[in-house]
Amino acid sequence: MEIVANFRVNYTQFLSPKGDVTQSLPDFARDPAALIPMYSAMVRTRLFDTKAIALQRTGTLGTFASSLGQEAIGVGIASALRAEDVLLPSYRDHGAQFLRGVTMVECLLYWSGDERGSDFSGPRGDFPNCIPIGNQVCHAVGVAYAFRLRREARVAICIIGDGGTSKGDFYEAMNMAGVWRAPVVFVINNNQWAISAPRSIQTAAQTLAQKAIAAGIEGHQVDGNDVIAVRHVIQEAVEKARTGGGPTLIEAISYRLGDHTTADDATRYRDPDLVRQHWALEPIARLRNYLVRAKAWDKDQEDCLLKECSEAINQAVDDYLAVPAPATEAMFDHLYATLPDIMREQRAMALRFAPTIGERHG
Amino acid sequence: MAEINLVEAINRALAYEMAHDPSIVLLGEDIGVNGGVFRATIGLQQRFGSERVIDTPVAETAIAGAAIGMAAMGLKPVAEIQFSGFIYPAIDHIINHASRLRHRTRGRLSCPMVLRSPCGAGIHAPEHHSESPEALFAHIPGLRVVVPSSPSRAYGLLLAAIRDPDPVIFLEPTRLYRLFKQEVTDDGEALPLDVCFTLCEGNDVTLVSWGAMLHETQAAAHGLAQQGILAEVIDVATLKPLDMKTILGSVAKTGRCVIVHEAARTAGYGAEIAANLAEHGLYSLLAPVQRVTGYDVVVPLAKLEYQFMPNVDRIVSAVRKALEAA
Repeated sequence: MEIVANFRVNYTQFLSPKGDVTQSLPDFARDPAALIPMYSAMVRTRLFDTKAIALQRTGTLGTFASSLGQEAIGVGIASALRAEDVLLPSYRDHGAQFLRGVTMVECLLYWSGDERGSDFSGPRGDFPNCIPIGNQVCHAVGVAYAFRLRREARVAICIIGDGGTSKGDFYEAMNMAGVWRAPVVFVINNNQWAISAPRSIQTAAQTLAQKAIAAGIEGHQVDGNDVIAVRHVIQEAVEKARTGGGPTLIEAISYRLGDHTTADDATRYRDPDLVRQHWALEPIARLRNYLVRAKAWDKDQEDCLLKECSEAINQAVDDYLAVPAPATEAMFDHLYATLPDIMREQRAMALRFAPTIGERHG
Repeated sequence: MAEINLVEAINRALAYEMAHDPSIVLLGEDIGVNGGVFRATIGLQQRFGSERVIDTPVAETAIAGAAIGMAAMGLKPVAEIQFSGFIYPAIDHIINHASRLRHRTRGRLSCPMVLRSPCGAGIHAPEHHSESPEALFAHIPGLRVVVPSSPSRAYGLLLAAIRDPDPVIFLEPTRLYRLFKQEVTDDGEALPLDVCFTLCEGNDVTLVSWGAMLHETQAAAHGLAQQGILAEVIDVATLKPLDMKTILGSVAKTGRCVIVHEAARTAGYGAEIAANLAEHGLYSLLAPVQRVTGYDVVVPLAKLEYQFMPNVDRIVSAVRKALEAA
């Protein structure tokens, strides 16, 4: 017997859970002060999540998916991208979207049930949230192909969860991207839970990153709670894709500290002790510990940041609540470039019978 | 002008549009080097290169999904699904994304793609190669569904489908691919989408059909004409959105309507046309609307497929029934 092929999966981490440096930092992280924007973005995302859940609980927002504990993944990804790149998010990636220029008002509008929330004022080419699991992985390959065909130095990047790696879409898309050497980066937010399904029932594979190997592309693991590590590996993968090196799969290991969404109650299926253990690994305290020890951050700055974030979030909530309801005809007027004649009667009927605000259910 | 068959007309339309619009790419299984299993794309990879005529892995989900990504980024992908029975893995993407992208982003992104697929029975093909899935797609808001019935209409409608700013499902009846030839001017002239075509005029009965069944429907009309019964034959061509005006106008004249389609009867697209006639044309009708359709059975394998598909006798019989009433 001979070995015909050998593969390996690397794991990258720069900061230990306590915030100690575990290996020489990448260039962008040499100056601790340069990390403050990423720290601030993670804090803002967490405070936004807290506020959004509160809004849902008080009836002023629909179902919402918090990113609690996974803030480093979105922030690390978005920090590694250029404006002209295209993000294809799942529904838990507002941390990345905010840095891309999606506004908090747009995010709130979306989760309140208003399509205008996906008409991003900032990143006009970014895809809207993908609710069906894993579909966006296929779209990302097509986006990347368009860039390659036109010789544009742009990259498509998509984010799925650990549950998404069980889908056929994921395998088909990675395989196609490998053949096409498409400039695309696939990121798995492995938060270890797909609603009630733990990572252990998704796959018998030792890592999710190794699923890249069968598609002939590189797969890497990264500590998804270490924002320096996330940004570093994403940046390398993005630049590789941008310069013709083809696709990469990155498994960012994190933990879903909250419920799946506000419609979920994780205490039904998950031992609270497990969650407490994972709080010791979360990304924000980790980076703060490092920054404080590096004398790049102190309590005054922290208080100031929390105040700024709260004010910005409260302002966004006020602005969101002031947005008038969408016009009834909007459900017709954006369906096709031009409304087909046969639908005019339905449009008129919708306008005639539209309930007034007071008559609406719920 | 040359006489060409339907599959050659598809090829000409693709070639014309690719030569005039660099944003068009074709993708699908065996469409490049092999020119497609029906040769619809023959010669196109040699002419336009393997970057624009892409031989994909055998992955219908990713073919549809990648086409959506391409379309959202300004390309105009024309994806081929090799046989209609293999279209179902693509439906998730067509329903959940292609049809909705414009709406859910308020027009920020759109999806100008065409999904081409052969359809229908009658060529002694293996299992899963003979389905007529048009009604599945016609049910989906945001799509257009087109089924051509002749070389010239295939040429003009495919050009229109590619130029349309929204997703189009383009189903090509395999039985017509090489059944007959027609003069087609390769001048890049598109036909209008969203309208029915009146193929012949008559005052006695309206025959409504699409795709391969128009072959039998026209043969039935021809036979009836010899007996002095003049049928008006309408090719629906674009099933969604439906041009009911043309059908209602014809039925206002004839008072009788027979709808012919190959797909199974229950919740077939004939039911939608019949319902529209009941809603908007009831007082024009002198007789109940008749449907001549495939039976509510699994499309049989080759030895029974012609027992499944409506034939001229069934159509003539339905016309007689419509004429006998009142």
